[in-house]
Amino acid sequence: MYAQLVETGVKHIKSLEEMSPEERAFQEKIDAEIKIEAKNWMPDAYRQTLIRQISQHAHSEIVGMLPEGNWVTRAPSLKRKLQLMAKIQDEAGHGLYLYSAMETLGADRDEEIAKLHSGKAKYSSIFNYPTLSWADMGAVGWLVDGAAIVNQVVLQRTSYGPYSRAMIRICKEESFHQRQGYELLLTMMRHGTQAQKDMVQDAINRLWWPALMMFGPSDEHSPNSAQSMAWKIKRQTNDELRQRFIDQTIPQLELLGCTAPDPDLKWNEARGHYDFGEIQWDEFYEVIKGNGPCNQERVATRRQAIEDGAWVREAAVAYARKQQNKNAA
Amino acid sequence: MHNQALIQYLLLLGDSALIQGQRLCQWCGHAPALEEELALMNVGLDLVGQARNWLEYAAELSDDGLDADALAFRRDERAYRNLLLVEQPNGDFAVTMLKQFFYDAWHFAVLQELSQSQDPRIAGIAAKALKEVTYHLRRSGEWVQRLGGGTEESRRRMLAAIPLLWRFTVELAAGSEAELRLAEAGIGADPAQVGAAWLKQVSAIFASVELPLPNAANHFYLSGRTGLHSEHLGLLLAEMQFLPRAYPDATW
Repeated sequence: MYAQLVETGVKHIKSLEEMSPEERAFQEKIDAEIKIEAKNWMPDAYRQTLIRQISQHAHSEIVGMLPEGNWVTRAPSLKRKLQLMAKIQDEAGHGLYLYSAMETLGADRDEEIAKLHSGKAKYSSIFNYPTLSWADMGAVGWLVDGAAIVNQVVLQRTSYGPYSRAMIRICKEESFHQRQGYELLLTMMRHGTQAQKDMVQDAINRLWWPALMMFGPSDEHSPNSAQSMAWKIKRQTNDELRQRFIDQTIPQLELLGCTAPDPDLKWNEARGHYDFGEIQWDEFYEVIKGNGPCNQERVATRRQAIEDGAWVREAAVAYARKQQNKNAA
Repeated sequence: MHNQALIQYLLLLGDSALIQGQRLCQWCGHAPALEEELALMNVGLDLVGQARNWLEYAAELSDDGLDADALAFRRDERAYRNLLLVEQPNGDFAVTMLKQFFYDAWHFAVLQELSQSQDPRIAGIAAKALKEVTYHLRRSGEWVQRLGGGTEESRRRMLAAIPLLWRFTVELAAGSEAELRLAEAGIGADPAQVGAAWLKQVSAIFASVELPLPNAANHFYLSGRTGLHSEHLGLLLAEMQFLPRAYPDATW
């Protein structure tokens, strides 16, 4: 999963001459590809940008459990049920890694989660789309995890050490689930009934464009990218990653025997890439703002879970304290 | 006859694990903490995996062309053999954890015996499952202690969960005639021994946080072993079985 549209709060990228000695030493380290670690000095804007990006990334893992959780009770075979349960469990684990990485920057997990619940913090736009058939479980695994992996593979080289290391661990697990998602679709297309094949195509039709939106706004409308690139938090632009995803995904789409819902999609020999149609950016910005199909349900579900669970967490704390006192006595 | 008894016994084991796993799936996204999302799904995953092992064996013995998936997704509630306990709704976290604990304590005692079964297939499945259930039991027991001995509110909820679930524990020490014979043959677990081990485990955890232990529950006219379930199972199966039922010719 991934973070989109991360504000850096920086309007102007400083040249080395404009920087303080500390800032310059920091930037030279970045330029030399030396990883920044938790105890190193870093510009406040770098710290805040990372907190925003990593927390968004973590929130995406957690909110991303919901569209899949929607079908886990209805998975059609024991094997598929087990695969989906393992995937959801991994997502919770990824959320935990990422919150830990974020906390190395001095942020507080509960505070950041409270921002998610109040609508102040974002998560990946993709999880605001509903899962309407079993084929969506395959399409989410293949397209959504696929897009996330393209983003995350690059983030393995991100300049902040703890984030980079979290990405290395997460990518290994995600790739496995992505292949399972694709295999699920391939099984339905090759051995399934016509109704199942229709289900697969319908899932692709609904999730194709939202998956492309996971790479964020186009480069010309991505004012925060330049600073993130200079800090090497981001290593490639949104459009570069989106193009890579499309180029690698189309052959897989063809192998399925399915089509993309894009009449402008075609191979461009001169560029050596696929050309594709215009993304509905209005829709993207509306979804990011909270006006997508499931934004309200997703945030409400998460808020409810944490509110309903308050007494459980309080009990755990109270019990631990009593045990400590008992042991001390 | 021997085969029939064994199949029914495998269904009791497999169906109970499957239904408990299904109930845990319903927690997805709703747990009180991220660590609990992970743990509940982890336990559920173990149980559905165990269910698959038991049901595969049951399907092979039945030899009527049905596989484990058909047993899970095409049987009606009257043919399901799970314990009544595990089909009960999740309720709040106290109900869920107490239900898990009662089940785990039973499951652990059963698997301990089954890992010594004369039937090598059963012994193998049980030995693997026992490792997983050792963890489940530790976890659920600790939650009963945390909630029972935590705050006033958590204790109130745990005290409310006990009478809600206690009547279903009558099945945990009961066994059919056929089960008793399986136990005598060294294949199945002895229900009386399982019942005693269960009570010992539950008594210890309850005593550690001063939760009152009710008197032994009475038989109350329903029985998961004979497919006479509470009203909860039908709805649970309707959701779980929807796809294979709606698309009977499909390959998933």
